[in-house]
Amino acid sequence: MSAHDQTVGLDTGLKKDQAGATAETARRAEVRGNVLLTAPALIVLFCCASGPLLIMLVYSFLTAGDYGGIIWGLSGDGWSNVFMQRDIFDDTLSIADAHISIFWRSLKLSVLTTVVALIFGFPTAYFIATRPLKTRNLWLFLITIPFWTNLLIRTFAIVEVIRNQGVINTALLSFGLIDEPYQILFTDFAIMVGMTYVYLPLMVLPIYASMEKFDFRLVEAGYDLYATKMKVLRRIILPLAKPGIVAGSILVFIPSLGAYVTPRLLGGGKNMMLGNLIELQFGQGRNWPLGAALSFTLLLIVMAALIIYVRGVGKSDGQHG
Amino acid sequence: MVDVAKLRQIAPPRRPFSIRSLPGFTAIAIVCFVLLYAPLLPLVVYSFNAGTSLAFWEGFSLRWYVAAWENDSVQDATILSLIIAVTAAVTATTLATMAALGTTRTKPYKGLTAIYAMINQPLMVPEIVTAVALLILFASIKAATNYHGLAYLIAAHTAFCIPFAYLPIRARLEGMDLSLETAAADLYATPWRTFRRVTLPLLWPGILAGAMLAFVISLDDVVITEFVKSAGQDTLPTYMLGQLRRAITPEVNAISSVLLAVSVVMVTIFFFLNRRMR
Repeated sequence: MSAHDQTVGLDTGLKKDQAGATAETARRAEVRGNVLLTAPALIVLFCCASGPLLIMLVYSFLTAGDYGGIIWGLSGDGWSNVFMQRDIFDDTLSIADAHISIFWRSLKLSVLTTVVALIFGFPTAYFIATRPLKTRNLWLFLITIPFWTNLLIRTFAIVEVIRNQGVINTALLSFGLIDEPYQILFTDFAIMVGMTYVYLPLMVLPIYASMEKFDFRLVEAGYDLYATKMKVLRRIILPLAKPGIVAGSILVFIPSLGAYVTPRLLGGGKNMMLGNLIELQFGQGRNWPLGAALSFTLLLIVMAALIIYVRGVGKSDGQHG
Repeated sequence: MVDVAKLRQIAPPRRPFSIRSLPGFTAIAIVCFVLLYAPLLPLVVYSFNAGTSLAFWEGFSLRWYVAAWENDSVQDATILSLIIAVTAAVTATTLATMAALGTTRTKPYKGLTAIYAMINQPLMVPEIVTAVALLILFASIKAATNYHGLAYLIAAHTAFCIPFAYLPIRARLEGMDLSLETAAADLYATPWRTFRRVTLPLLWPGILAGAMLAFVISLDDVVITEFVKSAGQDTLPTYMLGQLRRAITPEVNAISSVLLAVSVVMVTIFFFLNRRMR
């Protein structure tokens, strides 16, 4: 393309509109080249990411087959079953309490996970950002290792610690502090602890990124003007770290809401979350249209969160230039 | 002269007011680091246990590592995991490099935002949603063609690895100096030669970082693999997920510890690559 620029530059004798036309052709060729370079990746992504979502949308409006799969016939049951259930005997519709409670648990645990991760994650990110350059990389390294470690392994590690024959209960029993194992595994609390543990690096890293180039002269100016530490934190540090905090919260909230492995291992069969409910429809439940509709409901909640994120960051950018 | 040492004894210097420190933050951060690593400690320690318990220490032994090594299912799962991860990482990195070249250092063109959205889609959509969508698609293809091979897993892994490979490559490209390539073109190098001799060597650390990230992401994947795999196609994570439902022996700890070690080695290499890139 730079060879082209050169030719355009040399042909100064050409009429202006002709030069303009050449530049336009060159630009078009460049765009065509760029699109061609990007196309293979987009084709793979369409076949294995966006395309299947469209097919699933169609499936959510079809009739469920008796042994899984679908029967080709339009039906609104997939969507109405998300929050409603039809009585087997008299065909009346009532609110599906089981689904409502799973939705509620998913939202509650995801919000709690995000808040707890923020409470631990923000001071940690701040701590890393205020280390001298030499040791900072070491701390970052320590946060990155869990981030790169298999999620299943880290969840399994938590199971080992909290189960009835696990490290905590064995220790408490052998010290005689309790008489029988304290049930932590297979509770909502266990799921929340597990998700916080697993997704914490996703909170720390973006907050660190937003604090990395923080100008501490602003904090100094605050103290010079007799601000207290609390006031400096609230009025200077937090507003400037806001993009990182919002990004980190979204990065923790989205995978928590769609979590499948962590609630399956830590919540057991009873304490299901949305991800497990979706899986159930494609397994024992044999209700693919309902599973598809539930997946889209989850997707819609995620999209809403993302829109709030984009708006929030856009607003804070406007405020602080 | 004032005797500084004596003065220090009488009045030890007060800790200077640090504008950077906030009360309690350091304590929370230390607690956070301890909590991040504490659960991994028993996991690794009990993988060396001589007994079958995961709570009582019965002496040091490598028997569970030997057991895992000699277990045919573990061997098969490991080989399958590596085949998928290497194929997916290489393919995804190649596609992501091309896509990065096509989307950076150019004036924004129509559709660029849509392209970004498509590339980043696997990062935005919850994994379980992609997994069941792929299950629906592949179930009908499997029924129609009766092909149950590895291609489904490789295609699915390639797709969700693309954004992970794309990000470091794009970051590297954006920080690169255009003038070197212009110089090459001025010296009558063909576009392909310029790419091979100038762009590619400069881009290499980014490509390597992207490939490693893609490899680890593919190796660690549980959810999508669990839904896409045909019978008998267990990867290491899905094999472990199956084992966790049964009575657990330290063999699972041994496998986990090895995978943990792989992650640590990968992060270390990634870190040094990143440092050299700066």
